[in-house]
Formats: sequence, structure tokens, C-alpha cells
Amino acid sequence: MDFGLSQDQQILRDAVARCLADTSPLEHVRECAGRDNPLSDTIFGALHDLAVPAMLVPEEHGGLGMTLLDAAVVAEQLAYAVTPAPFLASVVLAPIALSEAGTNKQKCQWLPKIARGEARIGVAISATVQARDGAGVQFAEGKLSGTALFCLDFEGADAYLVADAGGRLHLVPALASGLKATRLTTIDRTRSVGELSFAAVETDPLADDGGTASARLRDAGRVILAADSLGAGQAMIEKAVDYAGQREQFGRPIGSFQAVKHMCAEMAARHEPCRALVWYAAHVFDALPEDASLAACHAKSLTGDVHRFVARTATEVHGGMGFTDLLGLHYWFKRIGFDRQVLGGPEAVRAEAAALQGWTRAA
Amino acid sequence: MDLEYGPEYDAFRAEMRTFINAHRHLAPPSAIRFSRPSAEAIRWQKLLIERGYTARTIPTEYGGYGADPDILTSRIIAEEFSRAGVASGLGNQGISMLVPTLLELGTEEQKRRWIAPTLTGEIVWCQGYSEPGAGSDLANLKTSARIENGEFVINGQKIWTSTAKQADMIFCLVRTELEASKHSGISYLIFSMDIPGIEVRPLKTMTGHAEFNETFFTNVRVPVDQIVGQRGQGWFVANATLGHERGMLGDPDALENRLQALIGLMQQESIGEGRAIDNAVLRDRLVALQAEVTAMKCNGMRILSNSLKGEPGGMAKLIVKLQSCEVAHQISALAIDAMGEMGILYHRSPRERDGGAWQWNYMFQLGLIIGGGTAQIQKNIIAERGLEMPREPKLARIYDEAKGAAGMQTDRQGAA
Repeated sequence: MDFGLSQDQQILRDAVARCLADTSPLEHVRECAGRDNPLSDTIFGALHDLAVPAMLVPEEHGGLGMTLLDAAVVAEQLAYAVTPAPFLASVVLAPIALSEAGTNKQKCQWLPKIARGEARIGVAISATVQARDGAGVQFAEGKLSGTALFCLDFEGADAYLVADAGGRLHLVPALASGLKATRLTTIDRTRSVGELSFAAVETDPLADDGGTASARLRDAGRVILAADSLGAGQAMIEKAVDYAGQREQFGRPIGSFQAVKHMCAEMAARHEPCRALVWYAAHVFDALPEDASLAACHAKSLTGDVHRFVARTATEVHGGMGFTDLLGLHYWFKRIGFDRQVLGGPEAVRAEAAALQGWTRAA
Repeated sequence: MDLEYGPEYDAFRAEMRTFINAHRHLAPPSAIRFSRPSAEAIRWQKLLIERGYTARTIPTEYGGYGADPDILTSRIIAEEFSRAGVASGLGNQGISMLVPTLLELGTEEQKRRWIAPTLTGEIVWCQGYSEPGAGSDLANLKTSARIENGEFVINGQKIWTSTAKQADMIFCLVRTELEASKHSGISYLIFSMDIPGIEVRPLKTMTGHAEFNETFFTNVRVPVDQIVGQRGQGWFVANATLGHERGMLGDPDALENRLQALIGLMQQESIGEGRAIDNAVLRDRLVALQAEVTAMKCNGMRILSNSLKGEPGGMAKLIVKLQSCEVAHQISALAIDAMGEMGILYHRSPRERDGGAWQWNYMFQLGLIIGGGTAQIQKNIIAERGLEMPREPKLARIYDEAKGAAGMQTDRQGAA
């Protein structure tokens, strides 16, 4: 029994944290966030030096064959430094989809390139959670038609993985004829998302698994978003505590006032159990797949709610300064907002968790 | 990350399951809170001690099973009793708080005399800590003991003395050194509740029951050797056991059991043609609580692993009391809401559910949020020890300064 990070995972965590402290300082984040394509090549290059893109690629395809918990450890650090770098889709979801459901040809073509940081794949599975604005992609006669919203790691992708209405995944090159890609701009300028429109686009479907692979991607995506939320929440709590220790009013640090102190304690008390839950959800994704979907739902919905509370409370602890752009606190606030909504907000995810347990009667 | 206990522990678990299945007919119905153990409960307790399923690490010479401490074994024992829904070993204040204190700081004679009958449930203890004027500021306690003819003579009042009515003995904090500073004037005494001059009055709470008492001492005479630790060291003696109480209030298995009961209730309660769990709003709240309980269970496993490695519990441990009590209270609140109008039935009304347990829990758990270190004190601890935030300046200094400032203002007004 050892519920916690292994020594290797702690080393990985510290290495990524050091790397990002150097390569993702707030000035660089600001600069990236002001661009149409915020994803930073310098940061991605530094992460590549740490072999991050190879993490989830199986060893036989030139990767490290690591686990989702390893990826969650990295995700937490990326969010801690509000890193504008591709990760969720291109480093986590695409390798999982290809290795679990790709054809042999797809694996050989893409996985080694992903591992070497030479190819990036965006992932659009939003419609398998909730189709808004009539979004949805149909697969008929070997071609895709329709619209996929909220493609993750959108900018600079060489190809996209898209779920059709039946949950089957398709690999489509970015330059495919009939495909139109439109950037979407979100509150979180450290992430890149877009919309894909398909007009009878030739596709290369992954092996037909009846939607299992897209469900696995949903679980993995939720865990990584939860881990991201955890890292951003951790950063906000630390910043609030530091600020409250320095800022003086009425002749003493505001952190010595119980009104302020208790806000910080409440954040910590609600945040800390999330850490164990996120670790658990990431661990069972590989080790106990039958528990993975429910655990992913719990981690995603709880971090969504807890860190919304942390984001607003930490901002309040900073008083007027928290509301300004000067401190850049809002980058973490917005990162948490993104993590909460993407792949299902807490209510949607809890409805799925209820259905998984047979608590929802067929209407 | 490794969630397996390993073959040796799996074998222990299997052996324990066999024991529970073979003997569960001997177990008393789930312990009635604060009552004196029945003859049946004492027999069950003795059987559990003999098999090492309770009092496991207490040395045999003091009536325990005498095994080496092993966190995973203790964890398995708790899990298996909880899973089977069978009464585990007694967990009263004598066992959870006094016994560890005596083991650590008692004299050999005290250990031999008191621990064994406490473990079997034959001697019941109550705790005399809080006073009307000493709650969160416990060290402000005023109950005094002066020495007269080789005896302590105790005068004062204690409050929140659960089981005082049934108790044979009390472990009690009293002020023995009047001239010493607040924390170093306290002693930890143990004495019989039959001594003349002790009066116990039931303290009825909002639940309608008297789960607690007030205990009054008028010239209660106690031999001077019935002290644990030295005179004036009582604060430090008691602090060794307050940690045990806070650990007790945050058991993740208890949360899981309440959650399972809530799920069962929501699948049974009907609203029109449907069930409570078919209501999307109530169901959403249920899943949210399930996530919270799962997180607390994972947090518990994290604390367990940390202590296996000899690492401190850190923030994961500091937040347990605050969070567990809050989640437990919310579970009861949802149960009442899921029952709709039925949720208000109480006092053995017709149509009442589960003997009124949900309403009782809802109210009593508010007591637990307040007791054992209030939520506000817990937040101070989390902020000051966990987050290393600045401490509150000495209250006296602020008070004096405020008084000074007020005086100046009066002067100014006078001048005007």
C-alpha cells in the first residue's frame, strides 16, 4: 500500500516545475496570451527536452510508455505556471487514442513523430459530452460532414482526431480538402481551441470499437483537466497566502485577521482532498479501468466546484490588486474557468456519474 | 501508487471475515451512543480483545492483545467491521483518550489498575475538560483543587461531560497552581464519580435528548496520588489525547456508511410515481456528496501511507476534522430534503423514517462541527500551522491599545 506519488513521479514533478519556472515566467505568459496563437514553441521545446511529448507513447513506438498519473503530475505543474503549451490533446489524448484504437498504420505513422515532438494532433470530442449549437459530425460513405466544436490544442496541429455522432474516432489531416478550421477565442488565453467544419471530408477512421476509445478519451481528458485545475488552484492559494502575509492594513499583515485567515483555510480545506482524488482517478485509469469513468467524473466535478470557489476567494484575498491586470492573477482564474467547463461542467458530469451507477431511470 | 495491501494482509483480512461470519450472532446491536455497554457488549468486547480485533496494540500485561502497532492491520480491522455492519470494539472516551494517556504518562500502578477494566468496558469514564467559561480557550479553566490534609479538594463546574451519568470515573483538568501562568497551573486528575460532592445534571440539547451533562463539584476530596503526570503538567498531559479525539471525528468509513444509507433512502423514498433519486436536483446533490466522500477516503489513504513512511500528515491531516464534519452534516441535510415533508417527522411520530435518525444526525452533527475544536478553531490551525500565516496578535495587547485609543478619544471630546 502506497497511496501517493512514487519517487520517480516526484522527480518528474520537480524537473517540470524547474523547467517551467525558467521558461514560463509571467512576462512570457502575457506575451503569448496577447497572440492569436498562444502556444509557445520555446516552452514546448523545453518540455521536449524533458521528453514530455513521449510520455504516453508506447515504448515500441519510440515513447516512454508512462501512465496517466505521470501525465497528471505534469498537468498540475503546467497549470501552476499557467503554461501556454500544447499538452492535453497532443501529448495525452492523441497518444492514448492511437495506441488503444489506432490501426497499425496510424500508430507507425504518428506515434513516433508525437514522441519526437515533430507532430501535434488536436482532439475534438466535445460533442460526445454535450452538442451545443447543433454541433455534430456524421460519418457516411467514408466521409465526414458537420461541425466539431472545441477542438483542443488547435493551433499548429498537423491533424485532428474527431469523434463522429456514434463516438467513433477519425484522423483527419489539417490540410484535408473540405475541412475548414476556425479559431475560437476563450477567456483562457493560455489555451488554444477551434472549430472544425467538415464538408464531405475524406477520413481515416480508427479501428471501430463502438465508441470505447472516445469514452476513454473523455475519462482521460477529465482527469487531466482536474489535475490542471488542481495546479492552478494550488498556485492561487499560495499567492493569496503570500499576499496576505505581506500586505499591511490597520498596522498589521491582513493575514493575521481571522476574516482573511479563514478564507485561506477554507480554500486549503476544500482543495487538499482534491489532490488525493485526482491521483486516485489518474491511477485507476490504467490500473482499474472499470472504476475509471466514475472516478474521472468525481475528480472533474469536484475540482470544478472547489476551484471556482478558490479562484474567487483567492482573488478577494488580494483585494483591489486581485482585480487588476498588474498581478496577472486572472490568468489562473481563467485557467480554472476553462478546466471547469471543457468536457462537461460539474452538473453534466454528475449526471453521467449517476447514469454510470444506474441511478437514472430510462425515461 | 499501490492500492494493494499485499498477500500477508489479504490473508489477515480473509481470516477476519471468517471470524465475523462465524461470530456475528454474538455481536451486540450497533452501539447506542453514550450508553453503558450491555453485558452482551462486554462479552463481545472480551472476545474481540482475545482475537486481537480491538485493543490490539495494548500490552498484554494491561489487558490488551499485545501486537506491534501496524497501521494497515488497524485499517483492515476498521474496514471489515464497517463493511459487515457489525459492532467493532468499544470506542468510548476512556478507551480512546484515557488509555493512550496512561500508557504514555501514567505510573505502573495506574496502568495496572485502570487500563484492563477500561478496555473490557467494565469501567466507564467521562471527560472533564470544558467549562462554561473555557471552551475554545480551554486553558482558561477555573475548576480548582487546593491541597488539604493530603487530598485535593475540588470545586467548580464542568460541561459537555457525555456519559457522566453512567460513568464510574472521570479524567478531569483542574487548576492546582493558582499563581502559575494559565497553561502551567493545570493538573490532570482521575477520580471516582461516586465521591460525595459530585452532582450530575443532564444537559438537554436541540435534538431533544440529553447526550451531555453538566457536572458540579463541591468540596470533592481526591487522594493526591490520583494525578497523571506532575502537578502543573495537566495541559501537556491532556494535549497528548486531544489529538486522538480529533482523529476519531474524521473516520472516512463512517462517512461512507452514512452515504450508503442516504443512497438507500433516496432509492426508497417515493415522490408521486417516482423515487427521490429520480429527481435531477436531488440526484445532483447526491453525486456531489459522493465525490466529496470519495475524496475524503482517498485523503485518508494518503494520510495512512504518509504515516507508514513515517512522514507527517501535513495539510491532508489538518483538514480532516473540518471537512469530515461538514460533509457528514450535508449528507443528513440532503436526506431530510429528499424526504420532503416526511423529513420533518420526529419524536417517534407515525410515518417517521429510521427512528428519526436523520433529523437527530442533522442536529447532532452540527454539535460535532462545534465540539472537539470548533470549525473556527480548526480554520485557525489550518491557517497558522498548515499555511504558516501570521498569528493573531496577543488579544490583551489589542484590548489595551483599543482602551487607550478610546480614552484618548474621550479626552479629545472633553477638550472640544
